Amino acid sequence: MTFINYASREINCKIVYYGPGLCGKTTNLQYIFDSTAPQARGKLISLATETDRTLFFDFMPLELGTVRGFKTRFHLYTVPGQVFYDASRKLILKGVDGVVFVADSQEERMDANIESLYNLEENLQSQGYDLMKIPYVLQLNKRDLGNIVAVEDLAAELQRKGEPVVEAVAATGAGVFDTLKAVAKQVLTELRRG
Amino acid sequence: MADKAILLREQQYHQIKAVLARLRMDSSAKVVFLVDKDGQEIASQGEVGNLDTTSLASLAAGNVAATGGMAQLIGEKEFPTLSHEGEKESIHISVIGRLLLVIVFDERSSLGLVKLRSKQVSHQLATMFDEIAAGDFDDDSPFAGITDEDIDSLFS
Repeated sequence: MTFINYASREINCKIVYYGPGLCGKTTNLQYIFDSTAPQARGKLISLATETDRTLFFDFMPLELGTVRGFKTRFHLYTVPGQVFYDASRKLILKGVDGVVFVADSQEERMDANIESLYNLEENLQSQGYDLMKIPYVLQLNKRDLGNIVAVEDLAAELQRKGEPVVEAVAATGAGVFDTLKAVAKQVLTELRRG
Repeated sequence: MADKAILLREQQYHQIKAVLARLRMDSSAKVVFLVDKDGQEIASQGEVGNLDTTSLASLAAGNVAATGGMAQLIGEKEFPTLSHEGEKESIHISVIGRLLLVIVFDERSSLGLVKLRSKQVSHQLATMFDEIAAGDFDDDSPFAGITDEDIDSLFS
């Protein structure tokens, strides 16, 4: 949940990157980390297995700038994508302000995308959230690969509520900041509503 | 709909800092800080120095969430305290409602003392936080006037 500290003039929000295993959630964070000035971000904490698969979560605090005299800090988290880490995914959604669903555009990952999106809806519900009401962005990742599904077909299958759909190649950074901007904008707009 | 935002007013922040400062002295701890269960740092006191309190807050919350999940699997509601003892530095975490009180200490203190002192302030901190959580935006909320241009300027 958004945490506003009047003493330190800070707004803190939590964004979670969700999606199936190997879709590029950690790669999104890694790109943001690599291309942001050190004074604007903290450490990238990765709780990963020895083979670099996310075990619990990745975490990175990012300061975007000042709005109305308040520093805006976004706490970016990823969840572990592999199906059997569901208990961890649920925990990470606690207190979330905005969600990015990172879909893998490859044909053979379509079922995994659908399963993960269904899992997101279910886990949000178990934490008392409704996907239809929460700030949300759909990122179509890996658009540079050969065996990909057309954007319209992916959107038809995965888009839930007219949320922004961003094409991306997280490994090169294409679409990564557009995605972050789209979700951050919705989170701050929610704040305006109170 | 996301949860309601939590607003920490300046006076409340200083009240919490004062409680933490006293706790730090009474428990001979290095650092004492208060974290929301979602991993947001609320306030800290002590020899923070180069300590990355933001990451520590997030990891403490993750730690409590994971052990809480384990507790539920074995039929417990949660584990109210967690301790990690290192060779020189140790951490004690107590769960106080939706707050985590995290105390970093070394050989100048002891786990027993830290446990005792954190228990003594837990009620006070819980009451203070209940008041904070019940707070709402004033009519003159600085965020009501946020424009699309304000938001766009963050990314320019």
